[in-house]
Amino acid sequence: MKAELEHLAVRAAAEGLLDVAYASVDSPYGPLLVATTPRGLVKVSLPAYDPEETLEDLAARISPRVLEAPARLDEVRRQLDNYFDGRLREFDLPLDWQLSKGFRRRALRAIDRIPYGKTRSYTQIAASAGNERAVRAAGTACGSNPIPIVVPCHRVLRSGGALGGYGGGLPMKEALLEMERAGLP
Amino acid sequence: MTALPPFQTLLDEHATDVMAVLRGAVGRADAEDCFQETFLAALRAYPKLGDNGNLRGWLLTIAHRKAIDHHRANGRRPLPVADPDELAGATAEPVLDDGIWALVGALPPKQRAAVALRYACDLPHAEIAAALGCSPDAARRSLHEGMKRLRKELA
Repeated sequence: MKAELEHLAVRAAAEGLLDVAYASVDSPYGPLLVATTPRGLVKVSLPAYDPEETLEDLAARISPRVLEAPARLDEVRRQLDNYFDGRLREFDLPLDWQLSKGFRRRALRAIDRIPYGKTRSYTQIAASAGNERAVRAAGTACGSNPIPIVVPCHRVLRSGGALGGYGGGLPMKEALLEMERAGLP
Repeated sequence: MTALPPFQTLLDEHATDVMAVLRGAVGRADAEDCFQETFLAALRAYPKLGDNGNLRGWLLTIAHRKAIDHHRANGRRPLPVADPDELAGATAEPVLDDGIWALVGALPPKQRAAVALRYACDLPHAEIAAALGCSPDAARRSLHEGMKRLRKELA
């Protein structure tokens, strides 16, 4: 049955019927669920979240034409593997931003520009997104980041340097920052 | 109406049954083609599906239509399987699974579909009726006629 299902995913994509392709990718923190639309990577779901709920959410918000199609996420998997091995500093993947709008999207785009191994404060992100007083909204934008790790919201801290929050849990945020600092020359 | 589940859920839950029905209806060799056609058609229609009450029945209805299309495209020629007489007469052993399905495949379309839905998918009469687009009584009749014929051929 596996071959038939792979064949189906290929044909569905060729006929424009594969709106959301997903796969599970191993990470040092547990399995990640990654999903792509024809436009680009749309979702990275951290191990702390229930994959079934994530898929239901994608079906409701993007399209119910959701299929498991690991082959369509080979490049995403390769770059994530290299990142976790410390061999990749900057992701080079087309992103689909459709799950965030307005201020949140602007904040996430600002976060996307934070270099490897560096951090910014929620206040700095709020300012980059066009409203330096919207610090709380910048925090919400981080919390609602649909593409964590690739859009590195783990690089955003409180003004005093405290960790703030993280959807995948604070130990994971700390470990990612530690890994990136260790990898800097 | 609740939200439509991710399409993958339909594959996880029903792909095996759809394949079993199609093997019964068109034979092993052509079942894969019909399987692809069935799920591509389902994917095409899925976002506009108004009612998600019986997704299994919906998929089996599509599979049934694809099997009929397949037989039409082949000019209703009988399935390329062994001659039923030969199959039944060649051995004193009970006819093996594939042999049974070859006989099922040689039944008229409605009877064939009813038998496949009942015994390959374990569907109740009401769901067979939904899949075939007929009344439960008519589904029961098709099943009964199909079984009668099979028994005769196996006797």
